[in-house]
Amino acid sequence: MGVSDLYAPTDTAADEGRVITVQGQDWDEVFGTPVGDERIVLNMGPQHPSTHGVLRLVLELEGESVISCRLVIGYLHTGIEKTTEYRNWVQGTTLVTRMDYLSPLFNETAYCLAVEKLLGVEVPERATTIRVLLMELQRIASHLVWLATTGLELGALSIMLYGWRERELILDILELVTGLRMNHAYVRPGGVAVDLPAGVEEKIRDFLTIMPKRLEEYEDLLSANPIWVRRTRGIGYLDLTGAVALGVTGPMLRSAGYDYDLRKAEPYCGYETYDFDVPTSTDCDVYSRYVLRMQEMRESLKIVSQALDRLRPGPVMVADKKIAWPSQLALGPDGLGNSLDHVRRIMADSMEALIHHFKLVTEGFRVPAGQVYVPVESPRGELGYHVVADGSNRPFRVHVRDPSFVNLQAVPALVEGGLIADVIAAVASIDPVMGGVDR
Amino acid sequence: MTSDTSGMPRHTTSPRPAPVIGALEDLDAWAHGAVAAVNKAAGDGVERIVVDRGELTLHLDRAALIAAAQVLRDELRCELLSSVSGVDYLGVDERRLHAVYHLTSMTYRKRVRLEVAVTVEDPHVPSVVGIWPTADWHERETYDFFGIVFDGHPALTRIQMPDDWDGHPQRKDYPLGGVPVEYHGAQIPPPEERRAWA
Repeated sequence: MGVSDLYAPTDTAADEGRVITVQGQDWDEVFGTPVGDERIVLNMGPQHPSTHGVLRLVLELEGESVISCRLVIGYLHTGIEKTTEYRNWVQGTTLVTRMDYLSPLFNETAYCLAVEKLLGVEVPERATTIRVLLMELQRIASHLVWLATTGLELGALSIMLYGWRERELILDILELVTGLRMNHAYVRPGGVAVDLPAGVEEKIRDFLTIMPKRLEEYEDLLSANPIWVRRTRGIGYLDLTGAVALGVTGPMLRSAGYDYDLRKAEPYCGYETYDFDVPTSTDCDVYSRYVLRMQEMRESLKIVSQALDRLRPGPVMVADKKIAWPSQLALGPDGLGNSLDHVRRIMADSMEALIHHFKLVTEGFRVPAGQVYVPVESPRGELGYHVVADGSNRPFRVHVRDPSFVNLQAVPALVEGGLIADVIAAVASIDPVMGGVDR
Repeated sequence: MTSDTSGMPRHTTSPRPAPVIGALEDLDAWAHGAVAAVNKAAGDGVERIVVDRGELTLHLDRAALIAAAQVLRDELRCELLSSVSGVDYLGVDERRLHAVYHLTSMTYRKRVRLEVAVTVEDPHVPSVVGIWPTADWHERETYDFFGIVFDGHPALTRIQMPDDWDGHPQRKDYPLGGVPVEYHGAQIPPPEERRAWA
């Protein structure tokens, strides 16, 4: 074997002490001799089933106790913020929806609210109600993924299956409305891409009757389950002082007793007109975050039901033809596509309509110079969009304050001094989505 | 008779008030309080006050940042530092790198934005980690993407890009990259070389 072999084992023992690579062998084979009482540095991730995607934790252990914990992120960095600067304002929607992939409609709505604030346009009421309706459905779907994955990580496999099962009901509704299960690009600057299709209201009402019973079933399974309780109660403790200092928001902050929810604190999309509560707890632990998310799902059901009741016929896009997307999309069996009526009109009937369509689709509209910061309450906390416009047809800068990114900073505070098994529960209780963390 | 004047109060010229762009009177009492408090704490360090689309932006000299941040946290109750990020105003501003801080008062449910401009040659800004510990990762990310150096940060290393990465990708003179794509026989150039409607 020559020196050119890049994969040859290197002698790192001199620099780093004894290095052990664990690859699923027999335990005795790994440790010829026991490790004894020395401190070991354990690398967890980036490929590890219970680190929610590509998160890497570097843990310093003494026995089973975590002495220190450092996080390494960036494995899913895709430069979405940079890419938005090279696309027009409408195309931005399709990019930002891919950041936090468990709550794409929150990304789209926050981005569009920012663009609309820069433009100074008012969105039709029906479009706002549809946004609220879909966001709250997605909040339930996101919390169900949290429940499913956290259950999986703590060994409750059945709850994993139930969580995915009910999430599928919501994804079916979203697919019916937007044509896609995820990364919808449905919310557009000025409104939404297309009106609700026929039959979706009944489908949502069916879901509203099914879901409360299912939530009770989860709680019957978990709330008094001795294993679940012992794995979560008193684990991952973060009090209010720590949470505020570390910038933690969302269910994590509310589990420390502060009812800070942007839907109430700084209402947007007309949330101040909906009747719902913001559940809180003062236990500061993983169990209380589980309880809060279950209650939040119930509150979201309440909002969905109210939004359905107040849906009135009307436009779903601003009347200004210089902003509104010219094409009327049609929802086919294979997703959203061109409306044949619209194609016939621009190709056969009206040259002006064709020019208008072409200009708006290729060049897009221009946004007056300025900067805004628009926050919304995503399932994970404050999702903020800082959007800078320079008067051209492209964003000058889009920066996303992603709640997962900020909340992850709290991991060392949650796990240091605890046991290594509790690291899993503590990280899971943050509900980090790496697509949002790394962007 | 005495010629020692060291004990006498010095007459200093009162600081020139920072120019206001936009209608300050449109804002509420909290925002007026914030402007007054920062003016008092930072003095000449306030370069410009901008009111636009209902949002208040205070442009500060970097030397005044810590004093302004401290008074905003302690007196105006900006408990939460929502975000720190950067904007590269290449070709617009001589000091092209702007560090932008979004502050939230959870108590009063208000927001204010601080902006500090520095040059590429001297990209130093004091760190606010001592005031808001949450600034840790935000400042690392801003350093990573813009090359703004936050003095006093406990461990200012790259966070998203690999440690040995060259350059700062979010700067405007950093290329997007990409290759031309062939589609139905036509060559489509990469995004940054496509036609722009500037």
